[in-house]
Amino acid sequence: MPTLEIKNLSASVEGKEILKGVNLKVSGGEIHALMGPNGAGKSTLGNVLIGHPNYVINGGSITLDGKDLTNATPEERAKAGLFLAFQSPVAVVGVKISSFLRAAYKQLHPDDNIKLQEFYDMVKKELRRVGLDESFLSRSVNDGFSGGERKRFEIVQMMILKPKIVILDEIDSGLDVDALKLVAEEIKEYHNESVGFLIITHYQRILKDIRPEFVHVLMDGKVIRSGDHELSDRIEEEGYEFIRGV
Amino acid sequence: MEVEYSKEEEMEKLLEDLRKSSVRKEDWEFHDNLKPIYSTGIGLNKSVVEEISEIKKEPDWMRRFRLKALEIFLSKPMPTWGPDLSGIDWENTNYYNRPDDVKSKSWDEVPDQIKDTFTKLGIPEMEQKYLAGSVAQYDSEGVYHNLKKVWEDKGVLFMDLDSAVKEHPDLVKNYFCKAVPATDNKFAALNGAVWSGGSFLYVPKGVRIDMPLQTYFRMNGEATGQFEHTIVVADEGSKVHYIEGCTAPRWDKDSLHSAIVEIYAHKNSEARYTSVQNWSKSVYNMPTKRAWVDENAKMEWVGGSLGSKVTMLYPSSYLRGRNASTHNLNISLAGPGTVKDTGAKAIHLAPNTSSRIVAKSISIEDGKAIYRGLLRMNKGAVHSKSHVQCDALLINDESQSFTYPHDEIYEPTATFGHEATVGKIGTEELAYMRSRGLSEDEASSMIVLGFLDDVMKEIPMEFAVEMNRLIKLEMGKLGSVG
Repeated sequence: MPTLEIKNLSASVEGKEILKGVNLKVSGGEIHALMGPNGAGKSTLGNVLIGHPNYVINGGSITLDGKDLTNATPEERAKAGLFLAFQSPVAVVGVKISSFLRAAYKQLHPDDNIKLQEFYDMVKKELRRVGLDESFLSRSVNDGFSGGERKRFEIVQMMILKPKIVILDEIDSGLDVDALKLVAEEIKEYHNESVGFLIITHYQRILKDIRPEFVHVLMDGKVIRSGDHELSDRIEEEGYEFIRGV
Repeated sequence: MEVEYSKEEEMEKLLEDLRKSSVRKEDWEFHDNLKPIYSTGIGLNKSVVEEISEIKKEPDWMRRFRLKALEIFLSKPMPTWGPDLSGIDWENTNYYNRPDDVKSKSWDEVPDQIKDTFTKLGIPEMEQKYLAGSVAQYDSEGVYHNLKKVWEDKGVLFMDLDSAVKEHPDLVKNYFCKAVPATDNKFAALNGAVWSGGSFLYVPKGVRIDMPLQTYFRMNGEATGQFEHTIVVADEGSKVHYIEGCTAPRWDKDSLHSAIVEIYAHKNSEARYTSVQNWSKSVYNMPTKRAWVDENAKMEWVGGSLGSKVTMLYPSSYLRGRNASTHNLNISLAGPGTVKDTGAKAIHLAPNTSSRIVAKSISIEDGKAIYRGLLRMNKGAVHSKSHVQCDALLINDESQSFTYPHDEIYEPTATFGHEATVGKIGTEELAYMRSRGLSEDEASSMIVLGFLDDVMKEIPMEFAVEMNRLIKLEMGKLGSVG
């Protein structure tokens, strides 16, 4: 069972310290929600976890299954089983989804000698399941996609690449009600004993479909409160003020 | 939906190869210490020009032509637009270097040192495998030329231009500087005055050559000039593919390459000209290339501008007869500290003519890629068509590209269109792809190959691989993780 352990993590971007000692532990089978007001550092945490080069780690550690990833490259982290569904996925002009996913899959699952045709059939199936036409296979990655299409494609990547720890950064933004339902179904389908989820969100919408067992509140660069879904319910009603007031 | 599986599989193999291969500039930027047997020394004046004509034992018309061109060169101003050319040191450039007296038809007779250089560059091997004929030029002179007998028997002529002036003076005279007169621009005039070497290729009526013919240019000396003049004539109904390649060692002092290429595609002919320029970063590359395309003839320009310090190049097609067409495909790589001011010209002079221009540029770090194009449709070029596509790929967040298309449309029934795209290998793109398990190297290779994807079928696969290697080489200092 995989375990992602974040210990006393501090990090900065463009010289500004955003994370100031974050502690979190996500294990297989668990669903964690990370909430917090705008600017609390939620997306920063996601980017730091996957090793985005613009973010500098100042202290603390990130381990996955006991393997220290604190200074690992993004590709090493991906190979270790970490996956981030980006809040705003970037377009990669000219790189087709087909070859992109194929190349990524080969890196992450080098022992699987799945045939090209079979692999594409699998991708097409996943595309259809999130409501994307299978012709997306020959389109450039995120190029000309709407916000919602980008989000759906992040979920397709999750389903295909089969990571152990999944971080979803505002996966619900840009999705209409129906799309959100499809995406939530996929997440539930993928969720099992050997996959842990960290769902980053600043409001409740997605948590209605996917009930997290653990809810954490990130504020001013630290996890200042942890609880269960009662905590998210209260945030829904009262906002973050009651936590700030403590 | 159809996915081209075979192509994808090919792409996978290519990426696999790229991972394994390494490339070094020493492979083509090596120095040889050959001393020329004759040189006019530095500087340019009337006596230098006469000296060149004298040593070549040229007919009088050529001597007079050279002197006239020199006058034009001296009277013409430098271009007032485009990249900075102030680094060209006219006075300290060596305009003529004769490596040897040999002009051989057999590699065995080529002096060892020169032969070694071409062998290192893989020229004789390539000739064996792929070519119908080959010419090799070292500094100012062609040292080797050969044409397979089957084509010789059909009346094809392929040799360095100096030899052609002597052996086929009337034929050469018919074409020499007709498409590119010395008055065209300062660099064309310079070439007229001091030209040496280059190829003459004549394909007789109805002869269709299925294998390409190649000339390879090697510039050896420091602060030298190479001024070859190439003429390709595709007579009526013929078909020909001519290829040029060129390299030079890297020196502290800059060299100048100012060539003329003239292509004559007669009625119903098909002419294809491919050049892969890989000059070192101490070369100013200022060629003038032009084609006359007659009725129903097809002209294709395929160019890879990979090296040099500054390149200004705009291959032009004059569509002179009904249904003449031109296709111009150029790929420019502007490495760190270099400028590629490249583009194309299509001049529509007759009805139903068509042009298609695809320009792709890649800029690395502060490398500057500029597309500069001219499209002219004269009155009377009824129902002519043109399409221009400019795609730019920026390798770093600070890379830049510029597009300056210029259209002159005087014919109301003519149609034309422009398209432009910009792609990037910036931090965000790489971070995204790497977060899915791809190395930085693999990610950027995929973006580059993707960028070239739509022209892959029109350029040799090896060329795309070579391109990719060069980009990797230039990006090497960014600290890629492989």
